Amino acid sequence: MSELALGLQRARRLRLPAAWRQPLAIAGGVIAAIWIVIAIFAPLIAPSNPLALVTGTAQGPSLHHLFGTDELGRDVFSRVIYGSRVSLPIALMLVALAATTGSIVGAVAGYFRGVVDGVLMRATDLVFAFPPIILAMVVAAVLGRGLVNAALAIVVVAWPSYARVVRGLVLSVGDSEYVQSARLLGATSRRALVRDVLPNVAGPVFVLATLDLANAILLLSGLSFLGLGAQPPKAEWGSMVAEGTQYFQWWWIGTFPGFAIFTVVLAFNFLGDSLRDVFDPRTVRRAEEEL
Amino acid sequence: MTTAPVAVEVERPRPPRVPGVARFVARRLAALVLLSLGITAIAFVLTQLVPSNAVATNLGEQAAGDPAAVAAFKHHYALDRPLWTRYALYLDHLVHGDLGQSTLTHDAVTHDLGTFIPATAELALYSVLFAAVVGIGFGVIAALRRNRPTDHVLRVASLAGISMPTFWIALVALYVGFYKLGWFPGAERLDPGISAPPSVTGLYTIDALIAGKFGLFVQALHHLVLPALVLAAFNVSLLTRFTRSAVLEVIGNDYVRAARAKGLPERVVVLRYILRAALPSVVTVLGLVFANVLTGAVLVEKIFSWPGIGQYAYEAAVNLDVPAIAGVSIFVAVVYVTINFVVDVLYGVIDPRIRIT
Repeated sequence: MSELALGLQRARRLRLPAAWRQPLAIAGGVIAAIWIVIAIFAPLIAPSNPLALVTGTAQGPSLHHLFGTDELGRDVFSRVIYGSRVSLPIALMLVALAATTGSIVGAVAGYFRGVVDGVLMRATDLVFAFPPIILAMVVAAVLGRGLVNAALAIVVVAWPSYARVVRGLVLSVGDSEYVQSARLLGATSRRALVRDVLPNVAGPVFVLATLDLANAILLLSGLSFLGLGAQPPKAEWGSMVAEGTQYFQWWWIGTFPGFAIFTVVLAFNFLGDSLRDVFDPRTVRRAEEEL
Repeated sequence: MTTAPVAVEVERPRPPRVPGVARFVARRLAALVLLSLGITAIAFVLTQLVPSNAVATNLGEQAAGDPAAVAAFKHHYALDRPLWTRYALYLDHLVHGDLGQSTLTHDAVTHDLGTFIPATAELALYSVLFAAVVGIGFGVIAALRRNRPTDHVLRVASLAGISMPTFWIALVALYVGFYKLGWFPGAERLDPGISAPPSVTGLYTIDALIAGKFGLFVQALHHLVLPALVLAAFNVSLLTRFTRSAVLEVIGNDYVRAARAKGLPERVVVLRYILRAALPSVVTVLGLVFANVLTGAVLVEKIFSWPGIGQYAYEAAVNLDVPAIAGVSIFVAVVYVTINFVVDVLYGVIDPRIRIT
């Protein structure tokens, strides 16, 4: 490569924030942004009420009904649009809840060490001992069918990953020379925690949360697909695919909502995967290896 | 000079002691037993939270109105005892191989597990085999062509693979492969009205071969194609990504360059030098692969009416079938942690550094 090309490349690298150098990150960001806009302006975009019986039942896609109508005669396009108002906010809230809970548990374990650490980490081991869907399914069933309970069940499954990552980071950052020297120079433990530990933990947690958002949407729609999440007639993507499996000769009923799930999950996976490369890749990888 | 070695021996800092394999395995085994105990406790507590009324479901209406009958029933099943006594009782039954009776099938849960596990095992076997071959192959290709178009395509494709809801892939596969083209059957393990081969392993393809019924073998395999492929999608992507990074770790090593410099054919370098060094770390995802298969099985089995453990777990959860929920979750979790234990031990035997932590 010539000097000029190298120089140009360096200049480009300097100008763009690291995450945006990657086309996957841009694609993911754009798709996610589009879905967020759709969720906010759903009533303006959707041609009809998602619950209204508009015309004949089970009509194929046409100019009038872009995604066709379902077995009851509801407009699938409108239902897919409105579905974004269910999955996105709930997934965001449940991941935020899981990340907060898990991070606090992990920080406590990493800070106090000893017995506290042992007890808390054995608790995460126990949750990890169950394949996610089994535990989520049982918890959702025990709590009772419904979207909120399904989301809570996923929080139960999701928090331990954050606890482990944050614990590992707090342990390693606490032992690092710069934190030790800050303490020697008289920094209070609160200052050390806020100024030195927190910035080191925030990145990996953010990456994990982005990837987890993808998993949460998959699991949430999976539970709804099984009938343990959203209940009919709510326009939720997973339960719409479930209706589609019962009438799969009318392919449009299930295919379009499923495609919506796919694009949203893909967007967050693109973002998370690129972010992982950007944030000190070793920290994240090491933290993941400790899982 | 004759006395010097002794002095050196004393002063030399000891290298960190690497625990022996036996101690390492023993410690992990102890952890496994404790973890399994914890699993039973969690499963027991979860089932205690189930809002079900054992008296109402098991006694007739008339008996449920009779206080004496209710008391006798509660006493018989120790429902009048404190929680920890019941847990101890449950554990006692568990070690004697008794998981209770399913309220849904009215059979012993162990019997149910025995009938449903082989169906899932067969599905998982073919699915994981396929995923391993394709995923590892893709991973090696991506690593060898890193940062070239092939690698980028495989990265996007594998991200797409882990982003597609399994139940949606199943729906599309069913529509295309069964409804539109009619190439594959859409449900069950065999055609309607066909009876299973005499049970030896419970895996129809293997049992059919043992019985020498080749037609039955082909039919069982035919029924496996769609669900096994759908189930494999996620794991193919996962293994592609994992193999790629594992291969990249070893691809720059000196012995690989030496092998190339020696003029060994590329095929030999890739298979005997690169892949052999990378495979042990690929094995560590086995636990994750199992978890994915199970997650997928719950969804895929529902769509393909596959009489497996995922379907059983789903029915148990939806119908709040307490003994079945406890039994199935304990079984699945114990298998899961055992797989992770085996992977852990194998890895610790291969790589002594793992044993220290």
